[in-house]
Amino acid sequence: MNAFPTPPKWPSILSRITAGLSFPWAFTFFYLGIMLLLPAAAVFTKAIALGPAEFWRIATAPMALSAYNVTFVTAFAAAALNGVMGTLIAWVLVRYDFPGRKIVDAVVDLPFALPTAVAGLALATVYNDQGWVGQWFAPFGIRIAFTRLGVFVAMVFISLPFIIRTLQPVLQELAPEVEEAARSLGATPQQIFMRVILPPLMPPILTGVALGFSRAVGEYGSVVLISSSIPFRDLIAPVLVFQRLEQYDYGGATVIGAVLLLVSLVLLFMINQLQQWGRRYAIR
Amino acid sequence: MLSVNSQKSQKWALIAIALFYLALVLVIPALVVVVEAFRDGIGGFLAALQSRNFQKATELTLIATAITIPLNTLFGLCAAWVIARNRFPGRALLISIIDVPFSISPVVAGLMLVLLYGERIGWLGPLFASMGIKVIFALPGIVLATIFVTLPFVAREVIPVLEDLGPEPEEAARTLGANDWQTFYRVILPNIRWGLIYGVLLTNARALGEFGAVAVVSGSILGRTSTLPIFVEQSYQNYQSVAAFSAALVLAGFGVLMLIGKAILENYYLKKLPSH
Amino acid sequence: MGIVVENISKRFGHFQALDQVDLVVPDGKLVALLGPSGSGKSTLLRAIAGLESPDQGKIWINGQEMTHLNVQERQIGFVFQHYALFKHLTVRQNIAFGLEIRKVKGAEVRRRVNELLDLIQLQGLGDRYPAQLSGGQRQRVALARALAVQPQVLLLDEPFGALDAQVRKDLRRWLRDLHHQVNLTSVFVTHDQEEAMEVADEIVIMNEGRIEQVGTPQAVYDNPATPFVMKFVGEVNILPSGLHRTHAQMGSSVFIRPHAIKIQSQPTATSLAATITHVVYRGWGVHVELMLSDRIPLTAQLDRQEWEFLGVDTGETVQVELQEAIAFADGQQQSGNPPLLFR
Repeated sequence: MNAFPTPPKWPSILSRITAGLSFPWAFTFFYLGIMLLLPAAAVFTKAIALGPAEFWRIATAPMALSAYNVTFVTAFAAAALNGVMGTLIAWVLVRYDFPGRKIVDAVVDLPFALPTAVAGLALATVYNDQGWVGQWFAPFGIRIAFTRLGVFVAMVFISLPFIIRTLQPVLQELAPEVEEAARSLGATPQQIFMRVILPPLMPPILTGVALGFSRAVGEYGSVVLISSSIPFRDLIAPVLVFQRLEQYDYGGATVIGAVLLLVSLVLLFMINQLQQWGRRYAIR
Repeated sequence: MLSVNSQKSQKWALIAIALFYLALVLVIPALVVVVEAFRDGIGGFLAALQSRNFQKATELTLIATAITIPLNTLFGLCAAWVIARNRFPGRALLISIIDVPFSISPVVAGLMLVLLYGERIGWLGPLFASMGIKVIFALPGIVLATIFVTLPFVAREVIPVLEDLGPEPEEAARTLGANDWQTFYRVILPNIRWGLIYGVLLTNARALGEFGAVAVVSGSILGRTSTLPIFVEQSYQNYQSVAAFSAALVLAGFGVLMLIGKAILENYYLKKLPSH
Repeated sequence: MGIVVENISKRFGHFQALDQVDLVVPDGKLVALLGPSGSGKSTLLRAIAGLESPDQGKIWINGQEMTHLNVQERQIGFVFQHYALFKHLTVRQNIAFGLEIRKVKGAEVRRRVNELLDLIQLQGLGDRYPAQLSGGQRQRVALARALAVQPQVLLLDEPFGALDAQVRKDLRRWLRDLHHQVNLTSVFVTHDQEEAMEVADEIVIMNEGRIEQVGTPQAVYDNPATPFVMKFVGEVNILPSGLHRTHAQMGSSVFIRPHAIKIQSQPTATSLAATITHVVYRGWGVHVELMLSDRIPLTAQLDRQEWEFLGVDTGETVQVELQEAIAFADGQQQSGNPPLLFR
């Protein structure tokens, strides 16, 4: 093997391949290939096989556009609300001591622990016209379950922990000394918050919001139970994919699925960038 | 400047807002599951658990989970070792690829499997059909969907623990004559077990509760290819509220067990932290 | 016998860690690999152990070629800088690890572990976990663990690097004594020249992937083969070659040890004028920092009596005599050996 000069960095890989891949390497790539890459390739080839014109026609059909609108706008609203409320809750959990704090902290993980079907069932029951919460809104003509507002509530439920769990460790490392230093320099509480506390928290808040948004965009289980899935009203894109499949319209399902997949991959890339941005502040 | 009193009232105001929001969004919906499951008393709950469809769904869910966990654990360990112990071109990409199942919609995951294994349209569908193996609308599809959505959990929990451990204990074991298996079993495993257990716990919770991806590939035939979460949805759509909530309570029970397990692990971790 | 390394090279990407290195470690000797970080000393040690596979070259241990054998098959003992103790095992279990891998019987394992606990003087601490030990104790356990399998050679990678100063001193004396006791061919890596001088029978000085010199501590100090060795081992003053009355044809710098500078009050034919800028008392001796007339700094080392006899102080001008200066010609070739004397 020494007879062949190899470019830098690659020799280790080459020698590994020539020496016979060790089990962890071989299994990792084999399993990823079978379980992940092959199915993903199936979607892309199917989408490409349709041709760009057909793809564009299906992807921009009015029902699809309406479904994107419901999905992305509602998911953004839910993630944004949680950006504010999640920050407040993370602050309360890190900075204040009160009875039951540990239990409240554990409660935050409920959306991770409860299956989405259970969440949808519970939310539909609580937020319908006769539900524990919905009944207080019904007299004002506000219906929550089985409308777009219901979709919003489901997305708020499933995206909440992402913001809190991303922010908590950063808040924990934010030393109280920094605030004291700002106070000793004459800053008012508003100035301390806006100029000292908030800037280092922005990367994790945005990362959390992006994670929550990404999750909300792909959510199916809880939304399908709390929405009526009526096109142009509260039909979200993942449910539309599901409906197309039920109608054996594989082309329609593939195109809208591919759009969702691309959006997810772009979000994944953005989240990676946000996390790197956040690391800038980490003192090691 | 805030006075001490107004600081205190600010604190309690913020706590109140936080608790109110959490109650509205998380706690009340969780409570309603318990209340509705017992609406017809304990008897109604127990009767719901004895229905054939519920038991079939439970069985299917447990089988799919039991196949998923060992496979994804093995993968997670291998991938974590490859990522934590090696620097190679494309390493960052590999980390991102492993994360993909978390960032895409479960429905899209199901769609992928239908397009790959579907009997009439899939690449591999005709191949499996000719061998007499039904993948979509059957157990293999459910297992594949469950594996897909839970793929990253073990790797994600084990990578940081393995990186923290460092390569030296492995090297030390090898200098003392241990082979690869002995090194893994006697040195690596005892040091990463808590991270591994946590990853398995998360895999388990998600595998039991996965709905979207499984709904796409299962065909949702009650008593045949419906898992517990699908049973919940179908009972609800059929206005069998107590059945839906009873199954939901069982699933929620697993979820709460997972949270308790997590809390125990976190406490254990803190005690186990090296003192130096 | 001992360790023979022949023409070993190793690259990491663009970085040449080892560049055609040849080395012989005689049987039973304790040898130090000394050099700055990145000099390749750790890579060489790891290549001998089998933890790195070299791109080319061969390695023998006690006459057997090891180049293509796995770490497990080389029968070496390796001690890591950060101990690499198994945190989940007790001291006894750590020491017994290699014996159990070799399927040694329980009673024999217990006997050997007890023997080694005696050797490292930690008899009472066998049931503790590594986290409950001090740094020095951990390193002794790591050593016992490596010795337990009766290795052919003992390899130590910066064994004292993670310890604080006092523990370090005690432990390296202990290691030297231990080596006399077990008489096992041993190689240890260090970047601390004082440590290498104190412990090793022989020192191998490395720089940029190559060996600069091999010799006894005294030899490398007294007869440095290259300017690098001169600078790296012991303190040294570096003077430009154009300086007053030094050999102008030498082209490169001139090296003078602090103790080779004589301070006197009267000028001689070869002395230079210098001003005392600072005086440091170091117990047994005195470090005098001087400035030559053309703003070239110089450090001299005297013993206390000599200094007091001179009766001068900071700010005063004195005469210095440069004895035993060493020069190296361009191209790093050694030409001033035996040292050029400027008397």
